[in-house]
Amino acid sequence: MARIHSQSSERPTVDSIRSVADAVRRRVLEHTLTNNGGYLSQACSSAEILATLYLRVMRLGPSDASSIPKPFAGVPGADNPDAFTGAGYNGPKGPDFDRFIFSPVHYALVLYSLLIELGRLDPNALDAFNRDGSTVDLIGAEHSPGHEVTAGSLGQAISQAGGIALARRLRGDSGRVWVFMSDGEFQEGQTWEAFAALAYHGLGNIGVYVDANAQQCDGPMDSVMCIEPLGDRLRAFGAEVHEVDGHDPDALAAPAESMAERDRPLVVIARTDPCRGIERLRERAPKLHYVRFKSETEFETYRTLLNQMREGIR
Amino acid sequence: METVQRPHRENLVRWAQSRPEVLVLSADLTASCEADGFRDAYPERFFSMGMAEQNMMGFAAGLAREGLFPFIHTFAVFVTRRPFDQVAMSIAYPNLPVRLIGFLPGITTAGGVTHQAIDDVALMRILPNMSVLECGDATDVESVLDVAQAVNGPVYVRMLRGEVPRLFDAGEPMVLGRARVLGEGRDLTVLSSGICTEEAMRAIQALRGQGLSIAHLHVSTLKPFEDPAIEAAIAGARLGVVTMENHGIIGGLGSVVAELMAEKGLGGRLIRIGLRDTYAHGASRRYLMREYGLDAMALVRAAEDLTSTQFDLTEEALSRVRLETMSRIDKTEDL
Repeated sequence: MARIHSQSSERPTVDSIRSVADAVRRRVLEHTLTNNGGYLSQACSSAEILATLYLRVMRLGPSDASSIPKPFAGVPGADNPDAFTGAGYNGPKGPDFDRFIFSPVHYALVLYSLLIELGRLDPNALDAFNRDGSTVDLIGAEHSPGHEVTAGSLGQAISQAGGIALARRLRGDSGRVWVFMSDGEFQEGQTWEAFAALAYHGLGNIGVYVDANAQQCDGPMDSVMCIEPLGDRLRAFGAEVHEVDGHDPDALAAPAESMAERDRPLVVIARTDPCRGIERLRERAPKLHYVRFKSETEFETYRTLLNQMREGIR
Repeated sequence: METVQRPHRENLVRWAQSRPEVLVLSADLTASCEADGFRDAYPERFFSMGMAEQNMMGFAAGLAREGLFPFIHTFAVFVTRRPFDQVAMSIAYPNLPVRLIGFLPGITTAGGVTHQAIDDVALMRILPNMSVLECGDATDVESVLDVAQAVNGPVYVRMLRGEVPRLFDAGEPMVLGRARVLGEGRDLTVLSSGICTEEAMRAIQALRGQGLSIAHLHVSTLKPFEDPAIEAAIAGARLGVVTMENHGIIGGLGSVVAELMAEKGLGGRLIRIGLRDTYAHGASRRYLMREYGLDAMALVRAAEDLTSTQFDLTEEALSRVRLETMSRIDKTEDL
């Protein structure tokens, strides 16, 4: 397998990746305030993972989609030639380009915010966030910017990505398929079916980054259904597994930068902190899955915090 | 009447030879679904996915997104029940051209309730973008792949395996959205599908001998259901309509005909022959067809009901009816 090149010849520094990740957190907080609710802790946990994927790991061409997202064009169907996916924001498809499959689509706002920071999406695109008739959905769909498959029923994207990776191997493409997953998806049986199949069919052109924030809708994962030891389980299923600090861009990128040709799926378990960068969130633990501010005081607290975060840039 | 041994097995190999874009995905039922010939002929296009149907549906979706045509081969219950969400979300929503070939429809298996797909047509019909086809004989089996492959979107095929009768002329392939008109008549219209068509042919021949005029259509496209010949045959039935299917009466052929009759205002009675809101159990096909009233005698009883007449027909008389391979009737005028 060829070495994976980043999208620019200039290798982004760790500082630049961190500053993109911080900007993503600020924008997600801003929209959580605007909408009185949002998947804020997911931005805290995943900002560096997604920024590292786009800036260091994936080989993507420039966006070929409209910087202001097109309105919803109807559901796909034989009689609807206008239906589209949001894959164009990740650049054109081509044998040497990588593909990005986004699985936990309730992280959509994190992805939109990142696409804005990377210049793939207009900052005003979020005016349409969660608006009727728009494609900038609260829970992303395959028509949403940066999305390519229907993934909201969790655990389904990894199998679809496996099919794409298999097709790419049959075609002889050098590009890889990168999947972003949440740790909760490892409670789904389908995820394990998928890893068994990826290993059995020797698909080394697929890499999976897992945001292991240890949180899910009902609370901490170990209070809902434990999936640990995740690394050992995945190794037993035949994957090459790396467990890294999910907020360290170098550590995140290193496993993908290996020159070695693989005959098995690569998994990077990114151990993350669901409150990273917004310490205040810790007082809400263990209920972090969806953040809604309950009082005007709380609003004011987070508004002030956002202003401080903005000032912190300068 | 001629019977054909494993028509799908040979046909799939022949049909796929010039179609390198066609793949087969199997979940540990390869020979059971007559895909072993394909596996041996084109090993590079055959993928064993193990007993893991949910993942198999996702892989098929990904392959289809990349321009390939995956033909899933497994039992109908394992296409439609276990991975229903995956079929709905990964395949049907994006309208991907995955061909779901489901074997052992209804009570064609002695495998019991876990293996008997009595609700598969209903489950696939309710999915937007999904087309639903059903084979009734060897000619249907040999031509259904062409029909499915011409559809822009996912297709569910109720397939037959093993020894399959040839009811229809081999030169008259299945046509999408067109029923086979097997007979015309004014008193009753019988719409049958799958293995029930052979039973219907037996009963209808006997009933015609009793002076009844019966239109008979074999339905192979269950969705979309827009054949004007079906509508005309229903409208032309003086005493009523009978549907006959190897499936529950809820959600399958009987339901779709009821919906059509109600929406088009085609008055008259409808008797739905099929499993009447019940599961079945492991036993021979012949035994179960008799037990659940899916056989020729069930159609005689329905005809008696609709005509308020008692026919002097015994099971022995029905079993003595000789069936020949039929050609589609050339229709010179509308029913």
